[in-house]
Amino acid sequence: MSDSPTYTDYHPRWLRRRPSTYWWLEKPSYLAFVLREGSCLFVGWFVVYLLLMFRGVLQGDAAYQEFLAWSARPSVLALNIISFLFLVYHAITFFDAAPRALAVHVGKTRVPERVVGVSHYAAWLVASLLVFWLVLGS
Amino acid sequence: MRDHIKVQVARYLPEKQSEQTFDEHEIPCPKDWVVLDGLNYIKDRIDGSLSFRWSCRMGICGSCGMTVNGEPKLTCATFLAEYAPGPIRIEPLRNFPIIRDLIVDIGDFMRKLVSVKPWIVRKYEKPLRDGEYIQTPQELDEFKQFSMCINCMLCYAACPVYGLDPKFIGPAAIALAQRYNLDNRDEGAAQRMEVLSEHAGMWGCTFVGECTKVCPKHVDPAGAIQRYKLTGAIESMKAFFMPRGA
Amino acid sequence: MIKRHPEPLLWMLFSAGGVVSAMLMPALVFLFGVAFPLGWLTPPDREHMRGLLANPLVALVLLGLCVLSLFHWAHRFRHTLYDGLQIKHLEEVIATICYGGAVIGSAAAAYLLWQGL
Repeated sequence: MSDSPTYTDYHPRWLRRRPSTYWWLEKPSYLAFVLREGSCLFVGWFVVYLLLMFRGVLQGDAAYQEFLAWSARPSVLALNIISFLFLVYHAITFFDAAPRALAVHVGKTRVPERVVGVSHYAAWLVASLLVFWLVLGS
Repeated sequence: MRDHIKVQVARYLPEKQSEQTFDEHEIPCPKDWVVLDGLNYIKDRIDGSLSFRWSCRMGICGSCGMTVNGEPKLTCATFLAEYAPGPIRIEPLRNFPIIRDLIVDIGDFMRKLVSVKPWIVRKYEKPLRDGEYIQTPQELDEFKQFSMCINCMLCYAACPVYGLDPKFIGPAAIALAQRYNLDNRDEGAAQRMEVLSEHAGMWGCTFVGECTKVCPKHVDPAGAIQRYKLTGAIESMKAFFMPRGA
Repeated sequence: MIKRHPEPLLWMLFSAGGVVSAMLMPALVFLFGVAFPLGWLTPPDREHMRGLLANPLVALVLLGLCVLSLFHWAHRFRHTLYDGLQIKHLEEVIATICYGGAVIGSAAAAYLLWQGL
């Protein structure tokens, strides 16, 4: 049985396929990529959260307490827990990617990628400790 | 039966059909056979009309790239026994137009490759009497990894950006541009930057990283592209602030 | 001649935002989004927070964090909509909404942090 063949000017028509809209579900690594990209939503959300907190602090004691109470509401808490997980995922994927973009040279020798990666994680630890110290220290 | 394997092979015969179909065969599966051996068995003994590309059968020519169970692979480097009893599904390389059966048109890649000038570009060639261009082993190491590319196009098949936007110049072209940009004998970085600083050049890449995963020669095109983005960004800043040249 | 368009600058903002948000946000969200609301740790009193915001160095870092993170979100989100949903014909609308949103958010952050000094 033959369905109708089609021809262009010079040769039989080539078969062209378009990727499906759900291409990112076809492989685990594609899904991991889309989740990594999706982490940016939580980066954006947390900026909004920070700004709301600054506003609460600036407006006075009552406003600050109101903010803290709002942050304990189940929906907000759930969103922030998910944000925390995605932000950690973002940090890990970013620090694993950064050494591949940064070709650091000492003289003519290239610093090994592992060293660049480890320094990122070390900086992350230092920055986090600094945040804890500033916020929690009296 | 571990010594036989079911194989599903994509067929597209444009003079007879307008859609892709699948043929199923059961073929022997000795433990040292690769997928390419299986395809040649089918062509020799079962169906001589099956069309596919292959050449060196040892992973250096880059001709035999196909989609095996959804993954882009070199069929000369993929063992059949790993998929026994099957079914193993063999399709043409993704993201390229299919000419016939397992053969795709690679013209798009070829044009893009030429556009990045993958050769040593120099303002003045040294005359022979002045001797050779000196390159230390360290200078070689800078770009050696990117020179391993065999133009097999598995990276293009894996890249979702190339699938969604065929104008994207693609991983191998950028990696090969970098191979020459980082070569101390080359002076053509600015010419390549002209092509690669377009939207469809390096800036189309969103660092999915699939290209590096599927590369059979461990070229790491994703790494090459990210490094080039940093270079490109710095060059753009220079061009903006010092338009008459630094 | 290198092609001139805003993509390289936006990518640099995206990268910087990625680094800054990766370094600082996990600790911040852990404290202010999880530990304090759950009662694992006592939140600082308002005076302490007010004092932190009044410090110019802290305010500068927070401004950098907010602005760069917003541009990180804008760039990545725009590309995801472009690739993931393949809505190329809305390219300009999406870019305006994303980067425009980042600019508005940055202005809000600058305003609040300036008020806090």
